[in-house]
Amino acid sequence: MATAAQRRIKSVSYAKYGYIFILPFFIVYFIFSLTPLLQTFVLAFQENGARTDLAWVGLDNFKTILAKPAENDFKALGIHESFWQGVINIMIIWFGNFLPQIALSLLLAVWFTDLRVKMPGKGFFKVVMYMPNIITAASVAGLFLSLFGDSSYSVINTLLKPDEPYKIITSVWGSRILVMFIQVWMWFGNTMIMLMSGIQGINESLFEAAEIDGATSTQTFWKITFPLLKTIMVYTLLTSMIGGLQMFDIPYMLHTGNIVNENIKTVAVFVYEMFHGNFAKPSFGYSAAASVILFVITSILGALVFYVQRDKDAIEKKKKQKQAIKEWKRKQKGGGFSI
Amino acid sequence: MSKKITYDSDKGGYQNKVIMKSAAIYAALILLTLICLVPIWILIVNATRSHNEIISGISLIPKGYLAENMKTLKENSLYNKFFHPLIGMRNSLIIAGLCCGLTVFFSGMTAYGLVVYDFKLKDPAFVFILAVMMVPTQVTAVGFMKLLINMNLLDSYIPLIVPAIAAPAIVFFMRQYMLSSFPLDIIEAARIDGSNEFRTFLTISIPMMKPAFAVQAIFAFISKWNDYYNQSLVLVSGKPNQITMPMMVQKVIAIDRNADYGANYTAIFLSIIPVVVIYIILSRFIIGGVAAGGVKE
Repeated sequence: MATAAQRRIKSVSYAKYGYIFILPFFIVYFIFSLTPLLQTFVLAFQENGARTDLAWVGLDNFKTILAKPAENDFKALGIHESFWQGVINIMIIWFGNFLPQIALSLLLAVWFTDLRVKMPGKGFFKVVMYMPNIITAASVAGLFLSLFGDSSYSVINTLLKPDEPYKIITSVWGSRILVMFIQVWMWFGNTMIMLMSGIQGINESLFEAAEIDGATSTQTFWKITFPLLKTIMVYTLLTSMIGGLQMFDIPYMLHTGNIVNENIKTVAVFVYEMFHGNFAKPSFGYSAAASVILFVITSILGALVFYVQRDKDAIEKKKKQKQAIKEWKRKQKGGGFSI
Repeated sequence: MSKKITYDSDKGGYQNKVIMKSAAIYAALILLTLICLVPIWILIVNATRSHNEIISGISLIPKGYLAENMKTLKENSLYNKFFHPLIGMRNSLIIAGLCCGLTVFFSGMTAYGLVVYDFKLKDPAFVFILAVMMVPTQVTAVGFMKLLINMNLLDSYIPLIVPAIAAPAIVFFMRQYMLSSFPLDIIEAARIDGSNEFRTFLTISIPMMKPAFAVQAIFAFISKWNDYYNQSLVLVSGKPNQITMPMMVQKVIAIDRNADYGANYTAIFLSIIPVVVIYIILSRFIIGGVAAGGVKE
């Protein structure tokens, strides 16, 4: 394509502009993201406290968090239990929000892309279903607190007028299910649109062929849509896991008063409270150790995302290679004939 | 294969089936729409009712108490200690607006550098951006806090705004966009016409990348407007004239005694107006942007 002259222009001296254009990004990233990341790793191996010359404590912070400390060390025991409570909470809340969310989103995505179903107002439904996603989490928490709060003035208690007001927020499973519901409410529109673009990426003639062959919607879904959506589903699963590890806003804010609800406290909330709660005596060490654990898990999940996405290209390349070999062989054969 | 009836009746059956199915789907969609909208509608209605009306039961018809509730927010010492909607919106607007501009401009610039030029570190730089794309803010938050303490940047807008220059996910999206739809020949044409590299970027490339810029700008703005985590992390003292809208709302909902429900609802209502208005106006671009996979958060 490029002529020799064009190539020369490209190779002359423009390289330095490449560096100039990407420099601001890297300077800022280095200062505000990479340094804090490295600092987090350093802090994870140092003692807790506000001193400027923190002593190295090796793996102590990790031990306190992960392994059960001595019975008489109440502070360490509290931190240990709080961390594991966070792990359990995040797992429960994540599962309880992901499964219904993906099922609902998938169903909706299939409906919206079904060629046979005539559906005016598709655009309107999509707009409405995505809307909860853009509302500030603080406002969403406030909204659901007013709807399902413990106070006898909350909407649910004024509506049903029970003898004793329902205490959803302070109950263990009530608050967890509410968080799951809020997460689904906020995110199903987003997942749906992502899956829809995945379905629209499937070759339309496959659906048409299935329809002509008399396949039912269920058959079309299980034999065509679902297998071809696998990659994007796995991608959604992994990114949702990464997002789940960071779940903070709703669990942190879904309470009245100043104490975060223990039953929905996530690991991200644990990390935040450890370094943000008490400025006189911050527990940077524990917080950083928990962050490092989160970082390792996220990295593994992130690597899996790349693996899943890369797969496609690799398969394509292999196919091309095979084709090239075939062609080469055919040419050889052809050559044989011509001799 | 026992369905060997005449063609016409079979067709009728098929069409009936499609109609039935469409009706069922419609019913489900309307139900979901209600689930999405009713909470927001109750919020709007209750923002226009008085405390006494709210605690006596729910209603779906707006009343005329909004101005009174706003007055309560302004005059009741429970609220006016920290809740000043105009100041909150101003602060959020400063942060989200500047972040949005910086993110889009510098991400575009970085992507441009990675696509247009050939240099030795081009591939390593891109691999680096890919690798750090998924590092969550929560993981670096401790180190970030320590850095802010060391640099004496707590309670300042700088650590909320400047980091927006480096947004790996947006660089990635813009790079993909440029690779797929940016004609590089134009840059060479500009060079031959004597335009320098920066001018080419500013006056030729940016206008051509407008669609990608617009979508990313909308998302960057909304996500920064909604970003409670970083704002509450940096603005530790919670000075009333410095905190943002989400922080003010958080303080309102944490009030556990003597809350005026009308005022509470009104405060939440005021906080969602800006994003909802932006969303309604730009919903087409936003939905398109999500479909294009340009959103990470």
